[in-house]
Amino acid sequence: MQRSFFARNPSALVFISILAITVLLVTIFSDAFGVGPISTSFVKTLGKTLCLCLVALAMDLVWGYCGILSLGHFAFFGLGGYMIGMWLMYRRTHDIVVASMAESALPPTPQDITDAIANQIFGVVGSADFPLIWYFADSLFLQLALVVLVPGLLALVFGWLAFRSRVAGVYLSILTQAMTLALSLYLFQNDSGLRGNNGLSGLQNLPGLDQVPQSVVSVWFLWGSALALALGYLLAAWLVSGKFGSVMRGIRDNEARVRFLGYSVETFKLVVFTLTACIAGIAGALYYPQAGIVNPAEIAPIASVYLAVWVAIGGRGRLYGAVIGAAFVSLVSSWFTGGQAPDVPLGFYTIKWVDWWLIVLGLSFVLVTLFAPKGIGGLVDLWVHRKSPDRHGADLGPSAGALREQEASE
Amino acid sequence: MSTLLEVSGVSVSFDGFRAISNLSFRIAKTELRAVIGPNGAGKTTFMDIVTGKTRADEGRISWGDEGTSLRGLSEARIARMGIGRKFQKPTVFEDQTVQENLLMALKNKRGVFGVLFYRPSDRDLDRVAEWAGEIGLADHLLRKSGELSHGQKQWLEIGMLLAQDPRLLLIDEPAAGMTPQEREKTTDILVKAARTRAVVVVEHDMDFVRRLNCKVTVLHEGSVLAEGSLDHVTANQAVVDVYLGR
Repeated sequence: MQRSFFARNPSALVFISILAITVLLVTIFSDAFGVGPISTSFVKTLGKTLCLCLVALAMDLVWGYCGILSLGHFAFFGLGGYMIGMWLMYRRTHDIVVASMAESALPPTPQDITDAIANQIFGVVGSADFPLIWYFADSLFLQLALVVLVPGLLALVFGWLAFRSRVAGVYLSILTQAMTLALSLYLFQNDSGLRGNNGLSGLQNLPGLDQVPQSVVSVWFLWGSALALALGYLLAAWLVSGKFGSVMRGIRDNEARVRFLGYSVETFKLVVFTLTACIAGIAGALYYPQAGIVNPAEIAPIASVYLAVWVAIGGRGRLYGAVIGAAFVSLVSSWFTGGQAPDVPLGFYTIKWVDWWLIVLGLSFVLVTLFAPKGIGGLVDLWVHRKSPDRHGADLGPSAGALREQEASE
Repeated sequence: MSTLLEVSGVSVSFDGFRAISNLSFRIAKTELRAVIGPNGAGKTTFMDIVTGKTRADEGRISWGDEGTSLRGLSEARIARMGIGRKFQKPTVFEDQTVQENLLMALKNKRGVFGVLFYRPSDRDLDRVAEWAGEIGLADHLLRKSGELSHGQKQWLEIGMLLAQDPRLLLIDEPAAGMTPQEREKTTDILVKAARTRAVVVVEHDMDFVRRLNCKVTVLHEGSVLAEGSLDHVTANQAVVDVYLGR
């Protein structure tokens, strides 16, 4: 019965192979290292897509496996972006300031430099002082730690409060959404210390690597994102394949029963919620340097709703489903909203996809939920001939006696 | 016989309705007990109180030799102390195989890290196979439990309870929806289980209770009306009035 990890998770091997081949092909055809038909901006889009796949994976763990419909995971994603963004922006501004001050007659004191950096960064919000939360901004190591710690801590405190009071189902979703909205509104304020609605910008420029062209940086980030996604996939596969996965799915299907088996449901939920928040933070920290800018609009509740839509369309409760959903929907989405999709003239009206795409997305979400609850990932079942019992929504319940329904037999 | 569980003077009200009033009940370490009573007598609420799902308003619930109080403990904690519960409707994890269901129930570490780094040992798998044999599902280990028939699901749930190795089993209407043959087998499983632990069965079906051949407690309006052998309680006029003579 003891089988190897990959025997228990055939999808992991397939997934990592496909990921590796894709990354290799993109690298070969990229501007930086190869023949060059793939533009730098498209490499960045692909790299960002991989990060979205990673956060979708986290969403699938928390929602598809554990049954917690969190509408806050994009907030954790955004926070991860802010944390790395603080270092990127501080460090780069520091370099610029030092370079410009080098020409002045008097050598600048450290205080002068700090003041000048603060002036540069916070001038747009009418401030010239570093807020306390930028205390560690000088240290890459500490900011990297905060990428995991800040979302993790927020999830831990929030989850502890919510799960301990047995808030579940739609109420928990509303609560997580409220948290997201509150965070986003707070960050919109100029005195939040994170530049209000301007957000943090210029993140695509890595400090000290000015001479490296963006085409190369984009490929680096593609590799980094792919590595993070692969590791995330392995971690997720390991989590869901063992008894932990059994308990998670048990909690999703019947929380009370798991409790009566002696498992502390609240603790399990809290661990999954916090862990996935950390994964979301890492994904965000890889995403925003590729996007170049992070602002509070990214954290708006709608983003977390999108996340749920991706996972639903891709097929929740299976890891590759989440990845397929995020990749497919976000790529198609950027094609439609990027103005590349041709307009459809109907004579009396012209369908502009930029306006109509959201309606198409919403409609496909409804249709998938109603008619194909397994999502795109369900197509794999057709291929490998996996069947699940179709009970026509009915129990093999007491009223029907002990007769087994037709489909219950093999 | 020493006492395993003692409930004394327990009362619970829901919005003014007294579901359990001044209930006292004790069960020995190895005993099979049937609890009967008309609808609304408080049978399920009684189970809810013992398992921690519902908090008692007053009274004492003491457990084991030390007389530990169960009041105020969480469901999971109480389950880990050795109280297993089976619900009326079979509630197995339909999306998972019979083996996964049993492995989850099997007495092992219940903490997050214990579960995270758990890999089934050969001994555990043997035990699971053993329990599966006991409940007649040895050939169905790798099937999803959602595919099982109603009776098989009931047994799987009983098997999960036994795999938990509890000292007290609370079972709500195990025979509901079973064929006569399935009932017979269920009786055997329960009688056998009661040799090494306490088993409390809530049941409506008098024939099934008769077959269990054990002490019977009759509940009515949230307290004990009569206790004794089935013949003894059915001869009791008060019992006949509230329940049997309907």
